Amino acid sequence: MVSLEDVYHVAKLSKIEVNEDEARKFRDEFEKILEYFNLLDEAPESEPMYHVLELINVFREDSPKICLTQNEALMNTRHKEEGYFKGPKVME
Amino acid sequence: MEDVTIGLEVHVQLNKLKTKLFCSCPLNYHDSPPNTHVCPVCLGMPGAMPVLNKEAVKAAIKVAMALNAKIQQTVVFDRKNYFYPDLPKGFQISQYDRPLAFGGYVIVDVDGVEKRIDLKRIHIEEDPGKLYYKGSITVAKYSLIDYNRSGAPLLEIVTEPVMKSPKEARAFLNKLRILLEYLDVFDPELEGAMRVDANVSIAGGGRVEIKNISSFKGVEKALNYEIMRQRNLIKMGRKIERETRHFDEAQSITVSLRSKEEEQDYRYFPEPDLVPINVEELMKEVGKLPELPEEKKERLKAQYGISENYAKVLVLDPKMSDYFEIVAKSVNAKIAATWVVDVLRGELNYRGWNFLKCFEKFPPEEFSKLLNYFLEEKITEKGVVEVLRTKLDQGGKVEEIVEKKRLFAIPKSEILNFCKEVIEENPKAVQDYYSGKKQAINFLVGQVMKKTKGRADPEETAKILSDLLK
Ligand SMILES: [Zn+2]
Repeated sequence: MVSLEDVYHVAKLSKIEVNEDEARKFRDEFEKILEYFNLLDEAPESEPMYHVLELINVFREDSPKICLTQNEALMNTRHKEEGYFKGPKVME
Repeated sequence: MEDVTIGLEVHVQLNKLKTKLFCSCPLNYHDSPPNTHVCPVCLGMPGAMPVLNKEAVKAAIKVAMALNAKIQQTVVFDRKNYFYPDLPKGFQISQYDRPLAFGGYVIVDVDGVEKRIDLKRIHIEEDPGKLYYKGSITVAKYSLIDYNRSGAPLLEIVTEPVMKSPKEARAFLNKLRILLEYLDVFDPELEGAMRVDANVSIAGGGRVEIKNISSFKGVEKALNYEIMRQRNLIKMGRKIERETRHFDEAQSITVSLRSKEEEQDYRYFPEPDLVPINVEELMKEVGKLPELPEEKKERLKAQYGISENYAKVLVLDPKMSDYFEIVAKSVNAKIAATWVVDVLRGELNYRGWNFLKCFEKFPPEEFSKLLNYFLEEKITEKGVVEVLRTKLDQGGKVEEIVEKKRLFAIPKSEILNFCKEVIEENPKAVQDYYSGKKQAINFLVGQVMKKTKGRADPEETAKILSDLLK
């Protein structure tokens, strides 16, 4: 069972604001989704799949390439100061 | 401290690599202006794809091997989801249930007693960027973010909660640092090279996690403070709650943080942009590990006939033992060990230098030359120390320093002449000596030293004087 609290918690982790109506709607939808996943209990046991491709070991050599300049790095934001990005203050 | 239990999570930056973990941005960002070592991948721009640095995985495998850990056949990266401004993608690429290795152990020496510290797991992850606050966090209205560090290759090494004192924790970190230096994957001098989270609990109380202790010495301080804090609470009859605290390095105290996410809140899932690693092929490429401290210690003892104690100290720094081995090529090994460990090491410590620096300031070949002057009795022991200090502080060539400071010892025949002179010139002291005041000889030695400007060996001089006065 999914509670409204669960929905608010998940919304908070995702930094999304939901009102009570939306929360009820999400609760019902979450329940349907989880119910659907119950089908997996009937599937035969097998190794978990970690990737859809059968590729393994895709690597890059450890040789530096030219990266962005500071101007290029900051060109898409208004939130900048003295070469830094400006972000929210985080008090833990 | 039998009732104390400590576990550590150590973040080690594989900072000897040339590029970041998932992009080709150069890793030498340490003295650079902000946001100059960045690209779409490490800035978390939409559509940018990570590609794994092969050497980073090889370096991680080396560390896991040296720590006796069980490296897993199939290794998978996962997304750890949380929002924090230093994490531009909204998740950190880390490892969850298929990490690089499980288990492992390190043997440490705590006050001469060997102790085995067991490990839980070792995984590879990317470093976040770095936040700054203008003024301080309390007055600043926003954070400033530098993503130069974002995507730097990190290893997280997690111990079992098996340490019983802050001292043991320090011994573990020391040993770990030495191993990493032997493997040549880590430079401890670079800022943020090693960061530690520590769990500490006292029997019956909740487990307290201390986050992000950024210096090596900070760990012992933070643990000592935290144990004292918990003991005081217990004395007052209070219960220790499970919580997360932050170590305030400047004040050497720990401060409570608001509760952090539970593990399930990170919503780990396999990183779809990276394919699994099969380590077999890489293990072959890594091959055999270089000589590690234990092996080196045994070899030094067997090859040079030096004592366990000297060998033990020499291998604490691979550069120190390398230095010793070069000196021992042309100087008796036991004498070389004494001078390198007891004298040179102290002089370097005093200056806050390590042996890497010593190679540059006083190359081992030149140190050998100086020691040979001493062994050939061309200069005194005191002279050696004086040349050593001058060489370290002012540079110059050994023979020139010896020449300039007139340190070449005086031949015995000359000392004998000076002794005769001194005896003639100081009848009072001689009288005293004969009447039983044996310390009068020190005065006479002093007079000879004066005449020779300190170039005579005092012991030798005392012996000549007492022979003359028989
Ligand atoms: Zn990059």
